[in-house]
Amino acid sequence: MHNSSRRGFMGKAFGAVAGVGAVGSLIAMKKTWDPLPSVKAAGFTTLDMTIYPEGELVTEKLRGKPIFVLKKTAAMVAKQTESQKARDVVVGDSHFMLAIGLCTHLGCIPAYIPAEEGFLCACHGGKFNWAGEVTKVPPPRAFDIPPFKIEGTTLVLGEAGPEYKAMKDSGITL
Amino acid sequence: MAHFTKATSVKDWLNQRLAIEKVEKVMASEYWIPKNINFLWAMGMVLAITFALLLVSGIFLLMYYQPDVKDAFYSVNYTIMRDVDFGWLWRHVHGVAASVVFLVIYIHMFTGIYYGSYKKGREMIWISGMLLFVTFSAEAFSGYMLPWGQMSYWAGMVITNIFSLGGLHLDGLVEWIRGDYVPAQAFLGRFFMLHVLLLPLVIIGLIGLHFAALRIPHVNNQDGEEIDFNAEAKKYLAGDKAGSKVIRFANDFMAKDLMVVGVYLIFFFYLVFFQYGFALDAVNFDPADGLKTPAHIYPEWYFLWSYEILRPFSINIGLIAFGFAQVIFVLLPWLDRSPNAVPASRRGLFSVWFWLLLIDMIVLTAMGKLPPEGAFSTIGLVAAVAFIVLWIALPFITKYEKKV
Repeated sequence: MHNSSRRGFMGKAFGAVAGVGAVGSLIAMKKTWDPLPSVKAAGFTTLDMTIYPEGELVTEKLRGKPIFVLKKTAAMVAKQTESQKARDVVVGDSHFMLAIGLCTHLGCIPAYIPAEEGFLCACHGGKFNWAGEVTKVPPPRAFDIPPFKIEGTTLVLGEAGPEYKAMKDSGITL
Repeated sequence: MAHFTKATSVKDWLNQRLAIEKVEKVMASEYWIPKNINFLWAMGMVLAITFALLLVSGIFLLMYYQPDVKDAFYSVNYTIMRDVDFGWLWRHVHGVAASVVFLVIYIHMFTGIYYGSYKKGREMIWISGMLLFVTFSAEAFSGYMLPWGQMSYWAGMVITNIFSLGGLHLDGLVEWIRGDYVPAQAFLGRFFMLHVLLLPLVIIGLIGLHFAALRIPHVNNQDGEEIDFNAEAKKYLAGDKAGSKVIRFANDFMAKDLMVVGVYLIFFFYLVFFQYGFALDAVNFDPADGLKTPAHIYPEWYFLWSYEILRPFSINIGLIAFGFAQVIFVLLPWLDRSPNAVPASRRGLFSVWFWLLLIDMIVLTAMGKLPPEGAFSTIGLVAAVAFIVLWIALPFITKYEKKV
């Protein structure tokens, strides 16, 4: 009895030491897999919005991800629906479609088909229109919009300006 | 301390210290295999040999491969393929074996399903086998990342995005798995580690468990007959080899096993030397480019059926269907409610179920490879729904099965 209670105590003591060690190691292992500070700090991208040609898709880059910039034609702007207007990024008097160029399904880059004024994702067949809205599943939602801040005629990507915050708050982008 | 005597031979010396004769009996000459089996029972050995081929070729590739996003592509396609003498051989063996191993795994799996080898005490064999399938899948995927070509990069992007779990938007988890916003150096480094160390260790451990699970229930036979292995072994050892229903694992069964392995290896090296192209996707000979998705991306053939279950649905339903497809096979011993452990051919409706499932998975595989357009989309959707319906129907079909 005496012995077994001593053994029981030793078992519990070891359990406590091992438990603390296990939790500590799991934290260290989790943190080791986290993105490095240098990755997190990956810079901002500044775009001069006066140089984009109308109706032509240009792909920029932010944190390794492609960013779609499409200066809308006058015809596109004229026929915009309310939901499309809400996604519009207006710099000066130019209207832009600005989006992270990854399909919201599983992250492939959809191709722009000028003839259809829309995007087709080759991976799983999803389609988006020129305003970035889904026209064929599987993508669950319109293109995400990267954080942006309008400064005169330039656009700073990676920084959240008031226009971006408004879009985020109203649920237009994630 | 045990009592040791002066050894009379090297064998005796080892026997006193390691009991090698006893071990040999337990593991080989008195480990009993039924006589009533066919060549499909050799698939386990074929898999073991293929795993050995993967291990050996992998060791040689590892000596020259560079897990660095700048150098990885060239270390594979230039250094290994052109500079290293016979480097191409190791790469082709590794690539072909990685593909063929899944073909044999599927044959091995469907053999088990057909003969009811997951029943009556053989459940752990089935479960450990399915765990091996999952780990082999992870091993194949992580290995596919290493050449860092376009297919590597975009497969890495798509598969890691699955962990955001659709509507749950767990983007933080995806970034944690990648160690970056997109697949990059941190991603390549950790998948390299998984591929060459952690996953192979898990696989070797699981193979041990798979063999151990076989030990007590023994190998099944062509008629699902319950054999009294002790009685049959006694009969065999007493000299009635013809009357006994069992033979020794070694050398008797091994002789037949290795005959099949020999035929397999001729086929395997025919592929390695003359038909290796199917295992090396042309698109992956373009270096990874994060700003350009290839026009048509698809997984390797052995993942196509589950990919096709993901594809035709909207994201959340697709992910649920995909998750269902990944785990449902593990539950087979409990979804099959019939006590009959006999070949499917003698089990009425179950036989229909077996062939429908096999055909459905072949259709899913074919549709997964084709672009998701028009009729292919529809056939894919029907086949995906059929897969789910078949599994939901299984408990009902087998519950009312007549006892044979």
